[in-house]
Amino acid sequence: MGQTNVGKTIAEKIFAAHRRDTPAPGTEVISLDAVFCHEITTPIAIMDLVEKGMDQVFDASKIKAVIDHVTPAKDSKTATQGKIMRDWATRHQIKDFFDIGENGVCHALFPEKGFVRPGYTVIMGDSHTCTHGAFGAFAAGVGTTDLEVGIYKGVCSFRSPQSMKIALSGKLAVGVTAKDVILAIIKKLTVNGATDLVIEFTGETVAAMDMSARMTICNMAVEAGATCGICPPDRITAEYLWPFIQGEYANIEAAVADFQKWHSDADASYVSVVEMDVTPLAPQVTHGYKPDQVKDITEMAGTPIDQVYIGSCTNGRIEDLRAAAAILKGQRIAANARGIVTPATPAIYRQALAEGLIAIFMDAGFCVLNPTCGACLGMSCGVLAEGEVCASTTNRNFNGRMGKGGMVHLMSPYAAAAAAIKGVITDPRPLIGK
Amino acid sequence: MKTFGGQAIFLDRSDINTDEIIPAKYLTEITKTALKPHLLEDLLLDGQAFDAHSQAMQEATVVVSRANFGCGSSREHAVWAFEVNNINLIIAEGFARIFRQNMFNCGILAITLEKAHIDALFALAQKGAVTVSVDLTAGRLKATSGDAAYECAFPLNDFDRELVGAGGWLTYADQRY
Repeated sequence: MGQTNVGKTIAEKIFAAHRRDTPAPGTEVISLDAVFCHEITTPIAIMDLVEKGMDQVFDASKIKAVIDHVTPAKDSKTATQGKIMRDWATRHQIKDFFDIGENGVCHALFPEKGFVRPGYTVIMGDSHTCTHGAFGAFAAGVGTTDLEVGIYKGVCSFRSPQSMKIALSGKLAVGVTAKDVILAIIKKLTVNGATDLVIEFTGETVAAMDMSARMTICNMAVEAGATCGICPPDRITAEYLWPFIQGEYANIEAAVADFQKWHSDADASYVSVVEMDVTPLAPQVTHGYKPDQVKDITEMAGTPIDQVYIGSCTNGRIEDLRAAAAILKGQRIAANARGIVTPATPAIYRQALAEGLIAIFMDAGFCVLNPTCGACLGMSCGVLAEGEVCASTTNRNFNGRMGKGGMVHLMSPYAAAAAAIKGVITDPRPLIGK
Repeated sequence: MKTFGGQAIFLDRSDINTDEIIPAKYLTEITKTALKPHLLEDLLLDGQAFDAHSQAMQEATVVVSRANFGCGSSREHAVWAFEVNNINLIIAEGFARIFRQNMFNCGILAITLEKAHIDALFALAQKGAVTVSVDLTAGRLKATSGDAAYECAFPLNDFDRELVGAGGWLTYADQRY
């Protein structure tokens, strides 16, 4: 933190542009461009605001809401959560509310709708909100009270951002994905290695990644403790967002040039810089109950599995389904295993149908679920029994996460699909396109 | 203002996550009190299931733990589950950002101490039941077990102090923004 360093990181630039207050040295209250809401963490905020006579929203156009964790409702309690959201959205004329038929996993759905832009500040009562940093935004998961204040006042408090730079170089080998990259990074950092930091993902590898891959790496930044993951917004960002921003720019080049203002300065200060060459990286998999317990998949080969789950905000996008289908095409799930695939949004589902991917999954013996968070956190369908093992494309392997006494091995869609047809954890690379 | 302290329970593990503190299947509850019986239900200590309904747990109002406490899911239910079980203070070597913020947002105290201090508190617990008292103004904490005691200063920034004083972030923000 030398005084000669006057440059700013992306996060510092975003904070400078949104600063509302500095209630204490090192703490900033920032204004919010978007407050995202889902039915698990929002209803208690709504009920508390109602009870306190504060049932207002700071700006209905900046609130985006979805029912995604348990949908369709599985019981009276989840039906009530949905009803509270629905009534609230109606009461406050929240136009961007996504209910059954239009709903999907929040961190896949909201980017698809163009709700996140470079330089934005976003909060949601969901730790994987860090996903949206893929667009060059500051997006942070928060608790219900922060969400409540966000809904009511449009502000949130954070420590002045301190960033860690992760510079990725090299080209990913065939069968190795953004999921393997982020698992390798979490292994290196540990689950506490980036606590209270913003992780800036940079370098030629990130520059070559599509938005789906960038969302995958930013999604799991929180598993290393990070407040947010951020990728510098570039032409790939602009092309993804073009349908939503074309009215604001003469052409894509103009958007790309404008996004430069949300790039870190060359002399910006970082708490630490981590460099990683991804070229030699092999497919990765977790073992144990922490997401930093990661091995090369070859070290876990032969571990029997009971269930395969392909979906979630980490890996439920069309690119993920294509990857899994490349292995599953013409194959059948092993006799000892069962498979569940959950396209993360209706648009992804529709696209997967159009491309014949859903037929490949069904021919292989998979159950195709509607878009929902599903098995990832064991709240509704796809819960494991005691002692069962799941090969999963999700983001957390905590004890009990997918059901009490279950074990979750986190891996890429290629690796999960390979596990499905072999019935054991296996290196997916020899199976691609077979 | 709330007072903070009382008898402590010691959770000797780093990286205790919010899924262990309150499993997701209970997130369908829309009242905080419904979480009460399920606190720490999936916690493993030394690979063994933790007894969340022990006498010591029933009597505790303070939790002492290791690094990265409350990591994982953002669910404020984890803080509420402690709150409805009368826990008013958590002392750890470190907290996950969201969990720590949720504590102060609810007007509950989260104290971060250096490892040496945490080790000293765990050592004190070897002698018997530990009672913790906190002087918020002076920023000092005292832990006693029988005749033995350990005292140290703790850091608390002005914003966190004001959140505790206001009883949480909603009241603070409503008055100020």
